[in-house]
Amino acid sequence: MATVTAPVHRTPLIAPNFMRDKIFLGMTPRDYFKSLLTPGHFIAWAILAVGIPVAFQRFTGGLAAVSNLTDANPWGIWIGIDVLCGVALAAGGFTIGTISHIFGLREYNSLVRPAILTGFLGYILVVVGLAFDLGRPWRLPYPMFVSWGTSSVMFEVGWCVALYLGCQFIEFLPPLFEWIGAKRLRTWAVRLTLGATVMAVVLSTLHQSSLGALLLIAPGKLHPLWYSMYLPVFFLISAVSGGIGMIIIESTLAHKFFEKQTGHLSHRDLDRLILGLAKGGALVLYLYFWLKVIGVAHEHQWALLTTGYGQWWLVEVFGFILAPAFLFMFSVRNLKPSWARIAGVWTVIGLVLNRLNVSTIALNWNAAERYVPHWKEIAVTVSIFTLGVLIYEFIVNRMPILLQHPDYAGENH
Amino acid sequence: MNISRKDFLKLAGLAAVRVGAGALPNDASAAVEEFEGNPDRFGILVDTTQCIGQNCRRCELACAKEHNLPALDKAPEDATVFDQPRRTHPGQFTVVNRFPGSNPDSPVYVKKQCMHCDEPACASACLVGAFTKTDQGAVAYDASVCIGCRYCMIACPFDIPTYEYASALHPRVRKCTFCLETRLKEGKPPACTEACPREVMTFGKREDLIKVARQKIARHHEKYVDHIYGEHEVGGTSWMYLAAQPFDTLGFRTDLGKTPYPSLTRNYLSAAPLVMAIWPAFFLSIYLFTKRKDELAAKQNGKPHGNNKEPGEEH
Repeated sequence: MATVTAPVHRTPLIAPNFMRDKIFLGMTPRDYFKSLLTPGHFIAWAILAVGIPVAFQRFTGGLAAVSNLTDANPWGIWIGIDVLCGVALAAGGFTIGTISHIFGLREYNSLVRPAILTGFLGYILVVVGLAFDLGRPWRLPYPMFVSWGTSSVMFEVGWCVALYLGCQFIEFLPPLFEWIGAKRLRTWAVRLTLGATVMAVVLSTLHQSSLGALLLIAPGKLHPLWYSMYLPVFFLISAVSGGIGMIIIESTLAHKFFEKQTGHLSHRDLDRLILGLAKGGALVLYLYFWLKVIGVAHEHQWALLTTGYGQWWLVEVFGFILAPAFLFMFSVRNLKPSWARIAGVWTVIGLVLNRLNVSTIALNWNAAERYVPHWKEIAVTVSIFTLGVLIYEFIVNRMPILLQHPDYAGENH
Repeated sequence: MNISRKDFLKLAGLAAVRVGAGALPNDASAAVEEFEGNPDRFGILVDTTQCIGQNCRRCELACAKEHNLPALDKAPEDATVFDQPRRTHPGQFTVVNRFPGSNPDSPVYVKKQCMHCDEPACASACLVGAFTKTDQGAVAYDASVCIGCRYCMIACPFDIPTYEYASALHPRVRKCTFCLETRLKEGKPPACTEACPREVMTFGKREDLIKVARQKIARHHEKYVDHIYGEHEVGGTSWMYLAAQPFDTLGFRTDLGKTPYPSLTRNYLSAAPLVMAIWPAFFLSIYLFTKRKDELAAKQNGKPHGNNKEPGEEH
């Protein structure tokens, strides 16, 4: 089977050319740019055409120029969605890496590389989102090199995310070296995989839970139904569920839109893998559901369930944790991979809902001044996501992510 | 205790070299976790029964002047300023708010500013250690290391820190400084306290102020509620309040508890080294178990190890 990296019409007359072979997919620049004129790309560039001027405004006029952030509501959707959801939904990388490389379930191997790529991209975009939100983003390395605030949960998050980015870069090296044809470097990079996978679990456990622990210091501000000493555990478990949901969504979309590259994995095989993931999804969501119930029991907050916020909590916990758990279970029982796909989307929506609740809706719930995002904040968030999709497309069209490089077929990396 | 000016400059120089060289990040927050309190630290006792509020607000004016802040939005004569309770913002580090009194004809005015906690949530939350509880009792902020994450604003139980959202290049967290640099270091009361015509605020050592407050309550038990707000709240604050009616009717949060806020995350953070130590061992063991199982299975099937292709790899 041909890889995309191999130019289609290379003849002995045409010498190897890096730009043409590696960047323009073997086409002439003219043909390549023509191939980009698709409706999908048009929408993507239209979104960025709105987002880029807003970004310019943000960095020249300050946060006030584009956001509804105030002294009363210092965190908005850039923290709630770009950072909290971004990190949680990128958990697919470490989840599937652990399943395949550590638990030894190697049939999931073909899902590892795409998940690691989306994880890596996800974290890079989290940093991009953070750059919008931080007052002085150019000081991002300060917690590492200038001044240590060791008593801060945020300090731990910063260090873990920074180290994890390095870890993901190592995990991403094999396809990168395969793409540029550096065989010896690739062998060396593959040897680091196990170590990187173990580090990925350690660092992910720490910072996924730490993001929940950030709110431990705000008991007076986060609604008691969401505030719990178990917040770190909630965040870790839900990130694993969201990661599983994302792998299901992503592999399904990849099969649909990059059919040429995913041909080696038949639809039947993918369906089998998705049902396997559904089993895991059901298990994790049940665990998460009961932990959420224990959280309320532990803080003795049953009485609050009758309030408006209580009903909203019930919607989140029954509608977006227990319900997708049931759907995952039914999909496994009835061998319905399509139900598992719906449950995957449902789980991801539930995770976004939870992070928004914790960071905006149920935070400062008792304050006079409530936060509603400015459309420009939404424009930035949507643009960053769009950018991620474009980079993902660029990479999978070039590097052996979805398909296996023929030179290394049969290896498990 | 007193450091001479020369020694101070020497120390400051050394600190600058240390930070400048980048060899050793300055670990400012360690001081927070181990804070036992300088027994001589200063405090302020605010007697809310004394404040006249309307047509005054001299504390607000004095604060603005001391810190070169913009002029007040509304003149002291303008009573509409009290229509809505106000909070601190980058242009104003202290605000006076009006609350209905137990006697409808006499409203109560309450001055709001940083409480200067003994164990500050902001200092514990800051990932670059930009906040320090100084020996004098002030919670000081250092803009030169601040990255602008605004976690201090989430952490603060009193909603005090504010942010310069309108600044693109040099946004800072802004809050009451207790006039640390200009006055407190010389043992002088802050500008607001000095400017008050009614002596609402008493400046002194925190220990002494608690005694003063107790005496006041004992002497006029018909006047004051038996509570010194700030004596124990969130582990104690340098600014403390007396009132003639329950504090929750005066805009104070009475549900904050006595636990110092840094301890809310301390236990969690102490678990991190355990995860770092145990997780690699745990997951590597699982890896070795599964690997051995696979090898045994391969041996039984008579296949050489490493050639057991999974469906995903078949092309």
